[in-house]
Amino acid sequence: MNPIDVDDVLATAAAWRAAGEQVAVATVTETWGSSPRPAGSQMAVTKSGRMAGSVSGGCIEGAVADAAMKTIDSGTPQLLDFGVSNERAWEVGLACGGKVKVFVERLS
Amino acid sequence: MTPDILAALEQAKRDKRPIVLATRLPSGEQQLLPDPSAPDDLNAAAQRALDRDESGTVKLGDTDWFLHAYNPPLRLIVVGAVHVAQALVPFAVPCGFSVIIVDPRRSFASDERFPGVEISTDWPDEAMDKFAPDSRTAVVTLTHDPKLDDPALDRALHSQAFYIGALGSRRTHAARLGRLRELGHGDDALSRIQGPVGLNIEAVTAPEIALSIMAEIVGVRRNAPLPPKAKL
Repeated sequence: MNPIDVDDVLATAAAWRAAGEQVAVATVTETWGSSPRPAGSQMAVTKSGRMAGSVSGGCIEGAVADAAMKTIDSGTPQLLDFGVSNERAWEVGLACGGKVKVFVERLS
Repeated sequence: MTPDILAALEQAKRDKRPIVLATRLPSGEQQLLPDPSAPDDLNAAAQRALDRDESGTVKLGDTDWFLHAYNPPLRLIVVGAVHVAQALVPFAVPCGFSVIIVDPRRSFASDERFPGVEISTDWPDEAMDKFAPDSRTAVVTLTHDPKLDDPALDRALHSQAFYIGALGSRRTHAARLGRLRELGHGDDALSRIQGPVGLNIEAVTAPEIALSIMAEIVGVRRNAPLPPKAKL
């Protein structure tokens, strides 16, 4: 039996793309400290608002999804930096004290 | 990502071929590796990422490359198409393992008992020779029958399998190690066998035993500090 790869976000993204959705994929490219998801972890986002996978423990997915919408519209990839969040609740970051870089690209 | 790269990547995964997607940061140009036309240092870095099974960013010259390593699935060879084996499949598959069930007893090794799972009814030593466990393979013997378990364990000990586990009580395991010693396996080799198999969580039911086995496989794969087994 072939494994059901719950991490195979790219396959999900490709299926969405094939079904006519506009899709961006975000990938963790580098981590420092106690970030929850290793490099290579992915999240897919569609223009219509579907989401699969994760790039953190839920701390930065919202911000990444916002960035993904821009990349879907512009076609320009982005390399996002997320550091430690501080007391100010409106700042997006990682409460765990880790840091991550996330690359966002459009599936063309 | 272009449709060509996506299609080639998906094809490599279907063919179970190790492959690396290299992305130049931050511009996002991409290529698949290994590729004879790519620079040597980039191909070498890709091979290291595959060997370590770790994706990450590397700096080569002035360029940052994100190397996304895609290895074929891990494999779990289960000798003994018994009840615990049935319970093990639904834990192993989502953990990323491609499962192979080996049991020459056809009444056990049936498609009905293992829907969608690859089954071999060869004798375990022949099956092990055929499937050739490598460093991304775990082997678990569950039959309790030395005629079936021993030849599989003998072959597993001659392989690079990263995990070898054998179901059986401490007394059964001690007798088993005695027999394998007679086949020429020394203490270092025999210490590779996890027996009694699984983390000690006082498992009773088949799914609980399967959970303890799967937890131990993950622990060994991730180099977790596992407690030593009780003395034989």
